Amino acid sequence: MKTPMARCSSPKRSNALPRAVAIALLIIMSAFPVAAEPSSDRQVELLYFLKHDCGSCHGLTRKGGLGSPLLPETMAGRSDDDLTAIILDGMPGTPMPPWRALFTEDEVRWMVRAIKQGTWRK
Amino acid sequence: MKKISVMLTALLLAACTSQTMRATGDLGLVIERADGSALIVETTTHTQLARVTGLGDLSHASAVYSRDERYAYVFGRDGGLSKIDMLKGSIAGRVIQGGNSIGGAISQDGTLVAVSNYKPGGVKIFDAETLALVADIPAGSKTVGLVDAPGQKFVFGLYDSDEIWVVDMSVPASPAITKFTDIGHQPYDGLITPDGRYYIAGLFGEDGMAMLDMWNMDAGVTRILDGYGRGEKKLPVYKMPHLEGWAVADGLAFVPAVGLHEVLIVDLESWKQVGRIPVHGQPVFVMARPDGRHVWVNFAVPNNDTLQIIDVATRKLIKTLKPGKGVLHMEFTPRGEQVWTSVRDLDTLKVYDTATMKEVTSLPALKPSGIFFSARAHRIGL
Repeated sequence: MKTPMARCSSPKRSNALPRAVAIALLIIMSAFPVAAEPSSDRQVELLYFLKHDCGSCHGLTRKGGLGSPLLPETMAGRSDDDLTAIILDGMPGTPMPPWRALFTEDEVRWMVRAIKQGTWRK
Repeated sequence: MKKISVMLTALLLAACTSQTMRATGDLGLVIERADGSALIVETTTHTQLARVTGLGDLSHASAVYSRDERYAYVFGRDGGLSKIDMLKGSIAGRVIQGGNSIGGAISQDGTLVAVSNYKPGGVKIFDAETLALVADIPAGSKTVGLVDAPGQKFVFGLYDSDEIWVVDMSVPASPAITKFTDIGHQPYDGLITPDGRYYIAGLFGEDGMAMLDMWNMDAGVTRILDGYGRGEKKLPVYKMPHLEGWAVADGLAFVPAVGLHEVLIVDLESWKQVGRIPVHGQPVFVMARPDGRHVWVNFAVPNNDTLQIIDVATRKLIKTLKPGKGVLHMEFTPRGEQVWTSVRDLDTLKVYDTATMKEVTSLPALKPSGIFFSARAHRIGL
C-alpha cells in the first residue's frame, strides 16, 4: 500500500504513468486513504472509548486490571506497529479481543499515539 | 402552663427525631466510576441522598453490605477497600489492601470481608468492623469470581492456574483451604446459586463451565455445558460476561454465551444445555427479576445501548428497550417491581417498571456503572 501512494504523491512520476494505471492508483488511494488524522468529532469519540471502554479492563487510571497497564511509561518501549497490530487483531489466548471491526487502522494508530502520549487523560 | 409547654417541647422533639430517623432497607449505592465516587440513593422515592467521594479507581468496582445494611464495602480497581456509612453518607474506613483488585464478598456471619486481587494474585480477608487484616491467602494467580458460601466459606477461581479454591474461615486464625485443580482453562468469573449450593465458574479459555457441589465437595469439580457453541465461528469478546446475579428461574439457568449473540438455557437437574435464545449482542449481565418470571439482559460494546427481556415461561424475547449508549448494569428493587439501569454515556440512571417495561423516572449520575441495593445484604453470593 505504501509504494503506490508514495509514487502517486510525486507529480512527475504520476504524469509519466499511463492513464489507466493512474486511474487504478486513484481508486486504490480512495479506498485506502493516507494515514489521515481522524476528524475532531471522531477524536472525541476515540478518546472517550479509550478512557471508558478500554478502561474497563485496563483501569480508568490505566494502571491495569484484567489487561496490562497502559501508562505512557510502560508503553514507551513498544513500537507503534506492534501496538496497532495488538489492538486490531487482539492477543489470542488472552481476553484482549481484535477491534478491527470497530476501528480503522488509521484510527488505531491515532489511539496508539494517544496512549503513548497519555492524551486520554483530561 | 409551664408543664404543658415542657410536654409540647418534648412532643416536638420526639416528632423531629422520628422525622430524621431512617432505615437502610431501601437504600442503594451507584458507582460513579470515572470520578471515584458513589451515590447513595433511596429507591422508594427515587432520590439521591448523598455523594461519597475519594474512593479511588472504580473502573471495575462492586459492593457488598453488612448484615445490618448500615455499611457498604466497595472494592475498587486500585486495591482500595472502602467502608461506606449509608446513613451518614461518608467513608467510615478505607484501606489500600492490594495493587489491583476485582471484587469481594462478605462472610455468612457478616464479620469478615474478603477481597479478590489480581496483583499480587490472591485473596485477603479483613475484619468487617475494623478493616484489620485477618488472613492473607496468596494464590500466585489472578483470583476471580469470589463469593461467600454457607459454612463461613469463601470460594474463588484462579485464572492463571485453572483452579478453584474453597477457604473455610470457621476459625479465622487458621483458614482451611481446599484446592481443586485442572478445573478447566482460564476461569474468568464465578457465581454461587442463590441457595448457596453450586459454585459455577465460567471458562474463558475453553467452551464449558466448571461446577462444584458444595454439598458434596468430595465429588470434585464437574464440567458442565462441555463444548457449548463449539464449531461455531465466535465473535471477538468485547467485554467479559459477568456471572453475578446468574438468572436461575423455573429450574433453569439463563447464562451469557461467551463470544456469541446468545443466552443459553441450562437445565439445573441435568446441567445440560436445553436451549438458546438469539439476542441483540454479546450478553454481559443476564439477570432474573426476583420472582424469576423475566430475565433482563444487557450487552457488550458496540451493542451496549440496548436491554432485552426474556419471558421465562415461553423462553422467548418479549421486549427490546433502548435506554441509550453505555448500559452497564441493572439492579432490581428487592421484590422486583422496578429495575434501575446505569446509562453511562447519558450520565443517567433510568428506572423502569418491570410490569409495563416503561421508564418511570430518571436521575442524574456521573458515568454510572454498578448499582447495588442494600437488600443484597441478605442474599448468599452477593
